[in-house]
Amino acid sequence: MGDLVIDTLSMRFDLPNGSSVQALKNVSLELAKGELLAVLGPSGCGKTTLLNIVAGFLAPTDGQVTLNGRKVTGPGPERGMVFQQGALFEWMNVRRNISFGPDMAGRPASETRPVVDNLLRTVGLQDFGEKMIYELSGGMQQRVALARCLANDPDVILMDEPLGALDALTREKMQGLVLKLWKETGKTIILITHSVEEALLLGERLLVMAPRPGRIHKEYRLPFAEMGVGRDLRLVKKEPEFGQRREEILGMIWDMEEEIMGRQEETA
Amino acid sequence: MIVFLLYLVIFGLAYVAYRFWERSRHHIHDFASLKTVTFGDESAVSPNRFASVVSIIALFAIWGAFTGSVITPLHVPGPFVGDTSFTYTARNAAGETDDAVAHLRVYRVGEDVPLPEVSDQPGRFAVDDAVKIGAWRSVLSRLNENDIGGDDPAYAVIAIDGQPIAPGATVRFSDGEITMTNKGSLSIKPDKGWQMEPIWLPAPEAVLSRLGEIASEGYKNFSLWEHLGYSLGRVIAGFVIGSIIGIPLGYAMGLSNWFRGWFDPIVEFMRPVPPLALIPLIIIWFGIGEEGKVILLFLAALWIMTIAARAGVSGVRISKVHAAYSLGASKWQILRHVIVPNSLPEIFTGARVAMGVCWGTVVAAELVAADRGAGMMIVNASKFQLTDIVILGIILIGIIGYGIDILMRMAEKWLVPWKGRG
Repeated sequence: MGDLVIDTLSMRFDLPNGSSVQALKNVSLELAKGELLAVLGPSGCGKTTLLNIVAGFLAPTDGQVTLNGRKVTGPGPERGMVFQQGALFEWMNVRRNISFGPDMAGRPASETRPVVDNLLRTVGLQDFGEKMIYELSGGMQQRVALARCLANDPDVILMDEPLGALDALTREKMQGLVLKLWKETGKTIILITHSVEEALLLGERLLVMAPRPGRIHKEYRLPFAEMGVGRDLRLVKKEPEFGQRREEILGMIWDMEEEIMGRQEETA
Repeated sequence: MIVFLLYLVIFGLAYVAYRFWERSRHHIHDFASLKTVTFGDESAVSPNRFASVVSIIALFAIWGAFTGSVITPLHVPGPFVGDTSFTYTARNAAGETDDAVAHLRVYRVGEDVPLPEVSDQPGRFAVDDAVKIGAWRSVLSRLNENDIGGDDPAYAVIAIDGQPIAPGATVRFSDGEITMTNKGSLSIKPDKGWQMEPIWLPAPEAVLSRLGEIASEGYKNFSLWEHLGYSLGRVIAGFVIGSIIGIPLGYAMGLSNWFRGWFDPIVEFMRPVPPLALIPLIIIWFGIGEEGKVILLFLAALWIMTIAARAGVSGVRISKVHAAYSLGASKWQILRHVIVPNSLPEIFTGARVAMGVCWGTVVAAELVAADRGAGMMIVNASKFQLTDIVILGIILIGIIGYGIDILMRMAEKWLVPWKGRG
């Protein structure tokens, strides 16, 4: 138990002009509790669609997702989501953003407060609880987003390019934080990214998807996430195997892009 | 035209003087000090408060200069006022000519002055005349009326101060112009100068003293505060009712296909109809009382607030709603904690626009029909040519409208500090 099962998912979008796009075709996957899965692929490979179906924002055309044996039919607090940016509530301060989930569930403030304090410390924002969201930098905002998600104590955390909008330095720090949180909380995490390096660093399992129709192209099990916990991620990047994997996956994605371009040129 | 040119000259001189003064203040003109100013960077442009002050002073200076006001030491030439005279030459039926003097007294309208005195000159057939003329006015005079034999059709004035004159011709005398009409009368126009007549534009101090007068005595049975208070009260009543109905309607249109479809044609049709165009219909339906005005303002505010609320809902980022859902919020909680606060900046923008439109509409509605209110005050005063009250009313309307906008902006800063920083 404690598993997230994705069972032969297919998703077809009908376009207004009558044609349709096969965003996902027969995607199957099982995740054990505490696994960190990174999903990588060229744009249009359906990785965000996959995440939205797991989150419950989209209903698949075929197949189903079950979490702990229960079928996913809509969004729910057991599947927390971290977005790229702009999903925080600017009209609340940091503390109220983090306690949003418990507040909505009607839990008393006395119970929530120590949890929020704890999370603020975990993400390194202990002095920023009373600040408004727009007073924080982009990196700090993403820390709040992570803390807000954790405050709800979900079984699975879904991350949709959570570090995509950050600058390189902040991004590296945040990657360390994600690993730390993963290890400390033991949550199951699905992380979508378009950075090969990030996928290699963070993904205990790595899924490379291919477009048109969106499908699983290849799956890896990688040692780098375990290596990186509590360590300088730059040391991990220097591992010879890391460089090798990076080249391999980059080449794979490069070929897919070439193929798409080629196909477009043929039809044009 | 002259006023406009003068204004441009003052603008230019003030700018040059300011630049000169500033240059003498900062002696450093190295590259570093220059590169902080990027021409074309709109965000670096802030109003120069010195220019604002000079601008207001310039407006009052021009106003004062052209109205002979006490607030400015310099005035443009005013109308001729005082005593003057010209000599006219008349020819009687027998072909003899004789000279007489017309004594003119030009006085300020409203003052009580006697006619100038004329001495008797026996033995001459052309007799001196005395004429009283108000400043800025002209007078049509038959100077030959009191002359001996002057009513003979052949009797005629043939020259003014030695300059020959004929019907239709115009000649100048020392302080004005004289035109002879086709019937032989003289139209005497003393020089008007460049200043404005008070019934066109009263001096600033006249407006101010009128403010004191109607502030203490009221105007047309109601005190000044009642006039302004009624206008403001109508605006607030119309705006509040419009918001109470418009905002929920906008939310419903932003959240439901059915509501959007049902009200879209109505809102899109009513939005471009200027509220002023509704005034006649409102008067037919509701008469000229308070009810009709509040309904008019309600209609003016309603569509603006509806569209603002709708835009506020449509403007919510889907990721915020998704985030709230995946944190376990219910639909009602999302409405209350995400959609409503997220739409507040848009609603405040709409409220500022709506208050501005309502204020404009109430004044216009009062111009058409009202027994009290700022608009009624100025339209009533204009019928009696009380230009000072008209100008006073316009200034008060402007100040109140500006005040409303400043208050709304302050409320916005205080209530939705996150505006534009999402």
